[in-house]
Amino acid sequence: MTAATELMNIAIFVAFVTLALGQILSMVRLVLGPTSGDRILALDTMVINALGLVVLLGIYQGVQIYFEVSLLIAMLGFVSTVALARFKLRGDIIE
Amino acid sequence: MSVEILGTYAVTLFLLIGSGFAAVGVLGLLKFNDSMTRLHAPTKVGTVGIGALLLASVGHSFLIGGSSMHELLIMAFLFVTAPISANFIAKVNIHSRSCETPPAPLQDSTWSTLNVPEEEREVEEKPS
Repeated sequence: MTAATELMNIAIFVAFVTLALGQILSMVRLVLGPTSGDRILALDTMVINALGLVVLLGIYQGVQIYFEVSLLIAMLGFVSTVALARFKLRGDIIE
Repeated sequence: MSVEILGTYAVTLFLLIGSGFAAVGVLGLLKFNDSMTRLHAPTKVGTVGIGALLLASVGHSFLIGGSSMHELLIMAFLFVTAPISANFIAKVNIHSRSCETPPAPLQDSTWSTLNVPEEEREVEEKPS
C-alpha cells in the first residue's frame, strides 16, 4: 500500500460522495422543477450519475463485469429521455 | 518513480476531474434560474465528467493487469447521444413556452421546429 494507492482510494471515496450528493441534488430539481423540461433534464442527469456510480463501483471492486451494466444504463437512459421528450412534444411516442 | 505509480496518480487525477465536473453540472442544474440556462450545465456531466471517470476505469484496468478498452465504447455512445437528448429537451422548452421564443432567422420564415406545414395551417385556423 504505497502513498499513490492511498491517494487513489481517497479519490474514489471523494468521487462516491460527490456523485451521491449529485443524485440527491438533481432529485431536488426533479421535485421542484417548474416545467416538465426541467423534470426530464433532472431524470437524464440522474441516469448519468447512476452510470458514473456503477463505473466507480467497478473501479472500487477491481472487476470488469460492470461494463455491460453501464452500457445498458447509458442506452436505456438515452431512449427514455427521447421518449419522454417526444411524448411531451407530440402527445405520442411512436406515431 | 515507476510506471505503476504514475498510472495510479493519473487514475487519481481523472477521478477528481470527473467528480468535479459532476458536482459543477449538478450545482448548475440546481442553482440557475431559467430553463435554457439550466439545460447547459448537466450536459458537461454526460460528456466530460463520465468521460473522465471512464478514462480512470481504463487506467485502473491496466494497473491491475487486465487491459480493457471497452469503456471507450460507452464514451463514444455518450458523446453521440448527449447532444441529441439536449436538443430534444430544448425543443420541449421552446414548445412549452418556458423560455423566450428565439428571434426570427435571417433567411427563412421561421425555425423548422416551429414550422407548420401548409396543409395543417388551414386546419389550425378553422375553429377560430
